[in-house]
Amino acid sequence: MTRRVLLIEDEPHIAEAIRYILVRDGWSVASHGEGGSALEVIRREVPDVVVLDVMLPGRSGYEILEEMRADPDLATLPVLVLSARGQSADRALAEGAGASRFIAKPFANAEIVAALRQMAGA
Amino acid sequence: MARSALTGTRVRERRLRIGMKQADLARAVAISPAYLNLIEHNRRRVGPELLTALSAALGVEEAALAEGAESALFEGLREGAASVAAAGPDEGAPELDRIEEFVGRFPGWAALLADRQARIGALERTVEALSERMAHDPFLSASLHEVVSAVTSVRSTAAILAESEEIAPDWRARFHRNIYEDSIRLSEAAAALVAYLDASQESETGLSSPQEEVEAWLARAHYHLAGLERAHPTPAESLVSGVPDLASGAARKLARAHVARYRADALALPLEPFLKALAADGPDPAALARRMGTGLAPVFRRLATLPEGAGPPAGLVICDASGTLTFRRPAPGFTLPRHGAACPLWPLYEALARPTVPIRAPVEMAGRVPVRFLTYAYSEPRHPGGFDGPQVVEALMLILPATEARTGAERPIGSSCRICPRGGCVARREPSILAEGG
Repeated sequence: MTRRVLLIEDEPHIAEAIRYILVRDGWSVASHGEGGSALEVIRREVPDVVVLDVMLPGRSGYEILEEMRADPDLATLPVLVLSARGQSADRALAEGAGASRFIAKPFANAEIVAALRQMAGA
Repeated sequence: MARSALTGTRVRERRLRIGMKQADLARAVAISPAYLNLIEHNRRRVGPELLTALSAALGVEEAALAEGAESALFEGLREGAASVAAAGPDEGAPELDRIEEFVGRFPGWAALLADRQARIGALERTVEALSERMAHDPFLSASLHEVVSAVTSVRSTAAILAESEEIAPDWRARFHRNIYEDSIRLSEAAAALVAYLDASQESETGLSSPQEEVEAWLARAHYHLAGLERAHPTPAESLVSGVPDLASGAARKLARAHVARYRADALALPLEPFLKALAADGPDPAALARRMGTGLAPVFRRLATLPEGAGPPAGLVICDASGTLTFRRPAPGFTLPRHGAACPLWPLYEALARPTVPIRAPVEMAGRVPVRFLTYAYSEPRHPGGFDGPQVVEALMLILPATEARTGAERPIGSSCRICPRGGCVARREPSILAEGG
């Protein structure tokens, strides 16, 4: 069965590159570029994994993540957080908010693919 | 001949100048000649009682023998020792009990070390300021985010192009276009960032806080701004603009506020009548305020900003309600902490806790040779925001040389806990680096 990933990233070129490498790896990719309505999209799409950028227009990735973890339907959904701030404090912040994995930008494409495979249990 | 740096050396110089034998002086102060010899070679410290006896026997003021103008050198060395102590027990501890001997035997090295310590302190503050700026400057944060986003896109897209053998022509074209657009974006973001950082570097030295810049400016003018004493005063902008000491915008803003307050004080207490009142009443702020018909605070500030030699050598510190020092004019021998909080026993803080109550307190500043001062402290609440605004409190402490003989009732104070040698102090908030502090 095809694994489904929802990519929430407001930078179109980054989203395009991630989409390309994931489709090539056999994923079904949906994407969304705004924070304010991201939760609705997550609930509608019901992905296997979410890739969530932190700095989003409308609402931050951390706020979205915290609300996901408070929602019984989304509490255990694996979330890979992408952040332009890669300090250990930012990593701790992501983990505190409920991130399953944290990858700092800029990243190696293979790192994203490997993380998602592992998170989806593939 | 320049006055020597150390108490022992000064005792020896004074004794030789008046032709007194070492044995005679030793007898006069009831110590052995051998012990006096050690003192004169800075191998033994001079306690307060002995200092009083020595100054009486030599016919000089205590202050003339005590650590005074050189206190900054000692403070610099003690701060250096404090930083080593803070680094942990594994670091070699300097011999603080021999600091006076060190300064006496190697004055050049001691001055160099104190100077390097000051430089390290300045650089540490620069790093702190830059870190703060990195964390909180919205333009810098946005610019760096733009750079990281563009780099992420370029790296990821370039990796796809480099590592994939077969890419559909339309995807290949799209990725090429993305890389091109991101490279433009990256170069623009980098150029903006460089321009911003260059401008920051030009406008701010970064080596000191705005308050320190203002202090350097005022110290250069000996705290007296003659241009503001005239009927038609020098415009504030002329005093503040283009001054090398006032490199940052924040410092110039503080300096303008200082100029405005100085001018208001000069109007309330014109220099000539004030000097006449000073000659008549002496430097008693209450008497001066009564005679001139003003509050105490302007008198405090006026006494600390007189032309050089026109009044007693006065120091002044002002703090806000948090206890943070907002103005510092040091008095010779009264060591002000360069960073962090001061001694909680300063009458300044007592005044803060008792608004509108005038406090007159003789104090004794801790040091190798304790030095006595007469302090006046006062605070008054203001309500610049009216009935609905918050109360703003400011406390002032005027520091004058002691004029009366030691009574033993002087309040024992220090500069700050970290470098204060007083053991068993009930107000101590952190251990001292000096052994006696405990």
